[in-house]
Amino acid sequence: MRPGNKFLLGSALIVVAVALLMVEGLKQFGQYSFNPSELAARVASDSSFYGVGLKLEAKVVPGSVRRDVASQTIDFQVSDGAHTIPVTYRGLAPDTFTDQQDIEVIVEGRLGRDGVFRATSLFAKCGSRYEAKYQGSTKA
Amino acid sequence: MTLLGQFALWVAALVGIWGAAIGYSGRWRGRPALEQSVIRAVYGVFALLVVAAVCLWQGLITHDFNIEYVSSYTSRNLPSYYIISAFWAGQKGSLLFWALVLSLFASLAQWFTPSRHRSLMPHVAAVTLTITVFFLSVMLFAANPFSRLSFTPEDGRGLNPQLQNVGMVMHPPMLYLGYISIGIPFAFAMAALLSRRLDPGWIQAIRKWTLVSWLFLSIGITLGMWWAYVELGWGGYWAWDPVENASLLPWLTMTAFLHSVMIQEKRGMLKRWNFMLIIGSFLLSIFGTFITRSGVISSVHSFTQSSVGYFFLAFLVMAAVLSYTLLYTRWPLLEAEVQLESLASREAAFLFNNLVLIGIAFSVLWGTLFPILSEAVRGTKISVGPPFFNKVNIPLGLLLLLLTGIGPLIAWRKATTANLKRQFIVPVATGVATAVLLFLLGMRDGYVLMALGLAGFVSGTIGQEFTRGVRARRRMYSESFPTAFAHLIARNRRRYGGYIVHAGMVIYFVAFSGMAFKREREATLKPGESVELTSPYGDTYRLTHQGISQYEALNRVVTAAAVEVTRNGRRIGVMSSEKRQHVDSFGRPTFEPSTEVAIKSTPREDLYIVFAGAVSGTEEAVYRFTINPLVMWVWAGAVVLVVGGLLTMWPGSGPTGVPRREQAGYQVQLVGAAGAKDQD
Repeated sequence: MRPGNKFLLGSALIVVAVALLMVEGLKQFGQYSFNPSELAARVASDSSFYGVGLKLEAKVVPGSVRRDVASQTIDFQVSDGAHTIPVTYRGLAPDTFTDQQDIEVIVEGRLGRDGVFRATSLFAKCGSRYEAKYQGSTKA
Repeated sequence: MTLLGQFALWVAALVGIWGAAIGYSGRWRGRPALEQSVIRAVYGVFALLVVAAVCLWQGLITHDFNIEYVSSYTSRNLPSYYIISAFWAGQKGSLLFWALVLSLFASLAQWFTPSRHRSLMPHVAAVTLTITVFFLSVMLFAANPFSRLSFTPEDGRGLNPQLQNVGMVMHPPMLYLGYISIGIPFAFAMAALLSRRLDPGWIQAIRKWTLVSWLFLSIGITLGMWWAYVELGWGGYWAWDPVENASLLPWLTMTAFLHSVMIQEKRGMLKRWNFMLIIGSFLLSIFGTFITRSGVISSVHSFTQSSVGYFFLAFLVMAAVLSYTLLYTRWPLLEAEVQLESLASREAAFLFNNLVLIGIAFSVLWGTLFPILSEAVRGTKISVGPPFFNKVNIPLGLLLLLLTGIGPLIAWRKATTANLKRQFIVPVATGVATAVLLFLLGMRDGYVLMALGLAGFVSGTIGQEFTRGVRARRRMYSESFPTAFAHLIARNRRRYGGYIVHAGMVIYFVAFSGMAFKREREATLKPGESVELTSPYGDTYRLTHQGISQYEALNRVVTAAAVEVTRNGRRIGVMSSEKRQHVDSFGRPTFEPSTEVAIKSTPREDLYIVFAGAVSGTEEAVYRFTINPLVMWVWAGAVVLVVGGLLTMWPGSGPTGVPRREQAGYQVQLVGAAGAKDQD
């Protein structure tokens, strides 16, 4: 076999490996990312979406945040205007998670049949005019 | 002053357009005056941007809160160094910073490039001016740093407390310097294509520039990790966030370029590939800026979502189409001079290294863009997080580490079996011994064993290269050990500096594998209560909550929670984590409260304490305690890498220039002969 061909074979192996890893990774770790309306529509048409791990992106409803420091639980509501979903999260929230202003959050977790979204992680984005806000995640 | 600054931006844009137009037209050929005018346009734009920058700084320093930018990012009680760094803290200022530094680099490139590459320079000027004009037009039409408010606030809004950190003063400019300096090699590549001067000249002219931008990117990325670690309080330094990924992408392609360019220098292969890599790196640097500023991908790094992102998208698409089209039209001129002779050759190792790097870059890009892609193709947004990136990139990273150890051991062109045996015995033995030893010591994590075993292998390679070099010198010149060591590096900085960079990468990999053994515990404690946390080494930490105190500092109100720490019964000290409420000079709160993490670093592990809040009205505190093994080695790896990088670029005596191809072969033989003699 010519060295060039051997090299092509080696390259093909690497390319295939990368492709396989990516496909497997997507199958294993790909998560739906919905806003409240999309999530509501999904569970309405297909009830198997209850209990599926997914990401929910929405705005925190101002004034809805209830913190119980002792049990480290935070209850709040998120909304995209059309639909509002209650969320419960246990763990530490990033600094910028407040309901003082219009903040956007990304929560990861599952929607229960009781309509409450149980979040296992909470990321907060700051939609205000202050730039370059980086918020850490808190993983439960 | 803002009027002057504004004026300077407009004039700079016009001068830039003039220079670029003449530069591209080629009318300067045979007209030295016109050629000079193109080059002078580069210097002129730089001078004008210095004027604009001075104007903005003046506004910041004099607290001219009528300037929107000044009132948005500073306040009267902001410490002075943050006022200086506020220049690049916000979007508009960072655009000016970008244009300023780009024009500085463009001027340096014009000034320092040896006259033998002169025929490239007007085209280089045209390309750098085009990029500068793009940044100027973004400022002038979408994000003017000099725009004024209709009223003058009494005080500014202050700088986001999370940006009030030394890491954040240095991290963005370092990353920008890396991103920006890619523009220079890109400009040379375009100039070579435009002028059809496709000899290796352009590659020689940009060698240091590629190293400079690679080094700045490395420093910028590591500082970003450090900032995330000490400031954000989630207990790690890399989260595979889209913005982090965006900074990693050009670093990967530049790393690939630094290696593949050696093959072109020495063997005349991979010409097309090198053009593709440098164009790709430049586009990725623009892509990174686009991701950061457009808000098109949900990132926790949210820069204000603004139209600026779409300027970048348009520029990205245009630059991609034009530069790849140009490359396509010159395709036939870029035939390789020789073919690959053997799979057991350094060329082949470098080629695989390139493929793996590009594979990593591709998977990171794909994972980052997947939410957009899946929404466009299937109508549902699917996103991936750290588990995806880890699954794909840990094996690829290990493969890369393996190649880091193999590359330097194989000869160019074709290695013989005897040669391979002689070269590989010591490194392979080191690697296997490391893995076996760790296994016997009780380590069972497969990936970590592989990572550390490979780290041992690469260290064996580097150690062997240095030992053989030093021994050969001691024999030939009867030098003492330290002299031989110093001369070895000094006489061949490129090679041995490169090995030191590899050593830095090994340290990074070891440090990364430490994170597999992270320990974490959350607890709500009354004063006097304590919890225990066992480190992965088996030490027991006892953490006792001491109480909560409140006090006022210059621009903040601090709530501090103190923890007494003992390890295996021995008292280590008291660590205190804070919640800070920043205030402006009138005592009004600005921003949300921010957390100040307490970190106790040792070479073995970091104890990382986050005070998450007090149960209202009491001294009962909620904490998260984390033990992060080997984190200090991430920063140590960066230092080693920078030292190695600087060595490879250091100007001065020794064969730092690019050897001709014939010489290169001769050198390899000489080193091989010295090594063989050594072995007898």
